Amino acid sequence: MTDLLQTLLNGVAVGSGYALMGIAMVIIYKTSEVVNFAQGEMALVSVFFTYMILHTYGVPFFYAFPLAALFAVFVGCVLEFTILRRAKEQNVLGMIIVTIGLEMVLIGLVSWKFGAEQKVMPFPISTYDTLMIGNLFATTLEALTFAIVWVIMLGLFLFFRFSRLGLAMKATQQNKVAARLMGIRTNRVLMFTWGISSLVGCVAGILIAPKSMEPFMMWDPMLKGFSGAVVGGMTSIPGAVFGAYLVGIVENLFGQYAYMEFKSAVAFAIIVIVLCVKPSGIFARHYVKKV
Amino acid sequence: MSVLLEVKNIETYYDLIYAVRGVSLSVEEGGITTVLGNNGAGKSTILKTIMGLIDDQPDKGTIEFDGKRIDGKETEDIVRMGIAYVPEGREVFNELTVQENLLMGAHTRKDRSALKHDFEKIYSYFPILADRVNQWAGTLSGGEQQMLAIGRALMSRPRLLILDEPSLGLSPLLVKEIFEIIKIIRNQGVTILLVEQNARKALGISDFGLILENGRFVMAGPCCQLLEDQDVKEFYLGFKAQESAKGYQRWKRKKRWR
Ligand SMILES: Nc1ncnc2c1ncn2[C@@H]1O[C@H](COP(=O)(O)OP(=O)(O)OP(=O)(O)O)[C@@H](O)[C@H]1O
Ligand SMILES: [Mg+2]
Repeated sequence: MTDLLQTLLNGVAVGSGYALMGIAMVIIYKTSEVVNFAQGEMALVSVFFTYMILHTYGVPFFYAFPLAALFAVFVGCVLEFTILRRAKEQNVLGMIIVTIGLEMVLIGLVSWKFGAEQKVMPFPISTYDTLMIGNLFATTLEALTFAIVWVIMLGLFLFFRFSRLGLAMKATQQNKVAARLMGIRTNRVLMFTWGISSLVGCVAGILIAPKSMEPFMMWDPMLKGFSGAVVGGMTSIPGAVFGAYLVGIVENLFGQYAYMEFKSAVAFAIIVIVLCVKPSGIFARHYVKKV
Repeated sequence: MSVLLEVKNIETYYDLIYAVRGVSLSVEEGGITTVLGNNGAGKSTILKTIMGLIDDQPDKGTIEFDGKRIDGKETEDIVRMGIAYVPEGREVFNELTVQENLLMGAHTRKDRSALKHDFEKIYSYFPILADRVNQWAGTLSGGEQQMLAIGRALMSRPRLLILDEPSLGLSPLLVKEIFEIIKIIRNQGVTILLVEQNARKALGISDFGLILENGRFVMAGPCCQLLEDQDVKEFYLGFKAQESAKGYQRWKRKKRWR
């Protein structure tokens, strides 16, 4: 029994990392209907930037993390402005190719600048610190990640609900022409959406980096976050979070009780099954246009 | 009276389709100007061109608002100059509530404290919206969406309100109500440019009317004059023309129109 609970807890713990990537992808998908396969690598760039200022320049954590956040927003905005906006007339397939291309360029840049070997990310919490909850245990880092997911989820909820910019983003998502007719500068809104999404991705990356840091570190979390988001309907932030938990739990159960080797493949089996049973995802709550 | 909106000789293409073929119109400040015309005449295209919604158009001609050129500007900037536009087909934000939709209309306003008063004004024009404040706009009926779209446009406190077929798909009673409200809005000092199929009602409340055919204006004049015009009566108001002996006159007139 404890065994099973521990496996579930581990599932939620890894799922939290995926959840952040899922949230980041949902934010972009909702506003621009682009499935951003470069999400992981955008985060990667921010993570290596953080590594650089922490490790090479010795900036204290207290300044380094806000700096990293600013940098991440900047990266998101710049990529939208310089690349995605130019390619905007494309169809869905075209946009996917553009983001995959972008992903490869970014991964190449990071490998070229920093090399492909494992790095050690300086981080305030050691990966060996653990917490006991009853007779289950989790690392402190996992607990922190879990908490941050909920803080971000709540923050985004409040932002979209009550802030002027958040409301403008929702309006732009729903009807771009009408949003422009309200005087909303939709291009800027889109750019900022990429900035916020990049920021969430960067948080995910920084929390994943203490465990493993090399140029391919974000590939797996990104794909699994994406699976989680698809399970959650691709347009719902809480949906993406619970989808990511599900992916984490199922892959851990599978690894524990069936085949360790195929643990990762499970995420994709989940996508396929969900898409067959409920194509709009489990949490999709979408207004259906009257015909 | 001064001219608020001056459109001079604009031509608009949708790729190779020549939709507006050299059109001029001026909208007097404080009045209601109506554009009538058959389906596909190009009425909506003129409005979209004014609002800068068609990329790289107008191809030729100029548009001035309050003495300043607006052709070639971004839609957002045109809106911010004080023009509000209610498009054909409402275009409300489906997954925002009625209240949030109205709030979006006020997006560019700086005087946030005055918003409450404007909300109340809109709800007094359209009491049914007040009952639906927290309902998603996408779940409103077509008529309610139309009211919401007009209310949303008013929330920006525009100087010029452009309406594209506000009576489309509404019950006769509601049509009457909408036209009453358009009159009230005008009386509060908002200039109105109206596109309508409902010629009799539209000319009834307007000061000046223009008739568009195949991308060109074929007639323009004060509304009282248009209402008396033989051709307008026959083709837009549904009066039967008197049959001439050889049917000649009817043919000749038709040719002028179509
Ligand atoms: N997006 C578009 N692409 C290509 N052609 C268009 C487009 N929109 C309109 N047209 C064409 O331009 C012409 C004018 O259309 P417009 O919508 O302005 O007509 P309208 O006078 O508003 O008609 P209605 O009374 O039916 O609304 C039509 O022939 C139409 O087929
Ligand atoms: Mg039209």
